Amino acid sequence: MSSPNTPSPNQTADTPSGQTATKPGTSSRRPLLPWVAGPAWFLAALVTWRWPDADDFPDTNQLATQFCAIGLALTVAAVLRRLSARAPWAIALGLGFTAWEIIQAKLLWLPRPFFGTPQDLLDVFLTDWRRLGDSLLHSLGLLAVGYGIGAALGVAIGVGLGRSLRFRYWVRPLIRLIGPLPPVALLPLAFIIIPSSRLASEALLALAAGFPTTILTWSGVVAVDPAYYDVARTMGARNRFLVLRVALPAAMPQIFVGLFMGLGVSFATLVVAEMLGVKSGLGFYMQWAQGWAAYPNMYAALLVMSLMCTGLVTLLFKLRDRVLSWQKDGLKW
Amino acid sequence: MVTTSTRIAHPLGLELDHIDHGYTIGGVFTPVLDDISLSIAPGEFVALLGPSGCGKSTLLRLIAGLEPPHGGTILAEDTPISGPGPDRIVMFQDPTLYPWRTVRGNVALGHDIAGRKDQASVDAAIELVGLKGFERAWPHQLSGGMAQRAALARALVNDPRVLILDEPLGKLDSLTRLTMQTELHRLWRDRGFTAIMVTHDVEEALLLATRIVVFSPRPARIIADLPIDLPPHRHRDDPRLLDLRKNILTQLGHSADW
Ligand SMILES: Nc1ncnc2c1ncn2[C@@H]1O[C@H](COP(=O)(O)OP(=O)(O)OP(=O)(O)O)[C@@H](O)[C@H]1O
Ligand SMILES: [Mg+2]
Repeated sequence: MSSPNTPSPNQTADTPSGQTATKPGTSSRRPLLPWVAGPAWFLAALVTWRWPDADDFPDTNQLATQFCAIGLALTVAAVLRRLSARAPWAIALGLGFTAWEIIQAKLLWLPRPFFGTPQDLLDVFLTDWRRLGDSLLHSLGLLAVGYGIGAALGVAIGVGLGRSLRFRYWVRPLIRLIGPLPPVALLPLAFIIIPSSRLASEALLALAAGFPTTILTWSGVVAVDPAYYDVARTMGARNRFLVLRVALPAAMPQIFVGLFMGLGVSFATLVVAEMLGVKSGLGFYMQWAQGWAAYPNMYAALLVMSLMCTGLVTLLFKLRDRVLSWQKDGLKW
Repeated sequence: MVTTSTRIAHPLGLELDHIDHGYTIGGVFTPVLDDISLSIAPGEFVALLGPSGCGKSTLLRLIAGLEPPHGGTILAEDTPISGPGPDRIVMFQDPTLYPWRTVRGNVALGHDIAGRKDQASVDAAIELVGLKGFERAWPHQLSGGMAQRAALARALVNDPRVLILDEPLGKLDSLTRLTMQTELHRLWRDRGFTAIMVTHDVEEALLLATRIVVFSPRPARIIADLPIDLPPHRHRDDPRLLDLRKNILTQLGHSADW
């Protein structure tokens, strides 16, 4: 339903995208920007390769090759006319890497161990990719179990709170007591009373994801128009149908808000749990890197983590777009 | 068309016995229905007329079994109504389509609840109300009148023994309204269900119903119960109709000079 292309900022109203502008038969100009993207990266490659480094950095020629490869790929994309909307970003990134390369690798303007060069970062990925990948998998595994359980429980408890008076009587006070507590505050306790630190972390992640999901599911279910139930009831619907086929879909927009908020809290809890508890995963990698003053490794882990988080959020939004395709419009992530 | 359906429901008779009902609004008890007694024979087409807010929709809710009456009993074929059931299908005043279901999904609701698979009757009902081509539309893509027609189709596919209609054609333009009146009338004759319809349109009541019940302002009491002894194919300009219309408008407190 939604178009994935973000419009490029310099488009005019009569050429909604680069593709329509170059449609055969129309005599309008071909957009120039896609052709600049490749050269921007070739420039980065050239600077990296020809301008001598200020210090003995690893992998300088490797990096130049990589830049060159990206420049080639972008040129091919321009030829295939696949670059229209993303061209400004591709150019900006190419120029950004060039600037970074000049400032840090060639002129060394910023104090060294804390600020790395592009080749430092590349070196981490080339030499330590196995441990980075392993950490990523650990983080993902922990998240999947903890967040998955928390989200499922949150939806179930939220529906229970919204639909059953007795359930609400017993569970609401507990939710009110425990829910607003930041999950990391329970970390020390969890590591004491739960023998396995992995299990403890999963429980905390479940709590982190579960609370917002519960509250928003609950509010979504309570807000369901009673007329929706009446319609189904006159057709003979039982409670099971009313919960699963009426209350749940009606509350789905709210539930997704809860799932999104829960994901955010889960990320925060994950990092702390990994640093203090499970001794694996990206959070632990980062802490280790900091402890050994391996700053490039820290940057690399940060990059991987940010890609992981944004990837998961994107996944959630994709799911939401599918499930809520009946909604008029939603936020575009 | 829906008429090709082989299931012809045998109509349900209803006995309303001294029904009282009311609501507490803002801490004050408000009586809504006052001692309503009404006997509806199987297969009748009863039109309910009354001023806005008098309690017509409330009475329909009680017949549907969505709420128990405060006083009195409602019998369906000699058994007291204890809750809603698919033999009494309501078409509500608001369409209340499920926004997460397409038109087809909404019309198929009754089938989904009963666990039936009957795509043909769903398509037939959609065609009947003139929504062919909009099967895959979402409710927010429909106009008010289209939504109301979709709600009518959703009610029809259930083959109810009593069809309870709360101003079913209220949001339609006058031409569509005429078509739908004809269709409704044809359906009622072909399928033979009992029909109870609230309407604000006296002429509509006169064209369709075999009997018209007129209510007082809230709390609703029955102030007139008129059998319409006219042939099923009625003409709008029939002088007997015009006489009845005058009579009913007077009952409702309007001067019927115009
Ligand atoms: N759920 C409710 N809670 C409180 N009061 C209600 C409720 N439903 C209806 N009422 C009250 O009952 C009275 C009758 O309402 P009802 O909807 O039956 O009127 P109606 O005859 O259908 O009117 P209209 O022709 O405008 O649809 C109104 O005064 C309304 O305020
Ligand atoms: Mg009403």
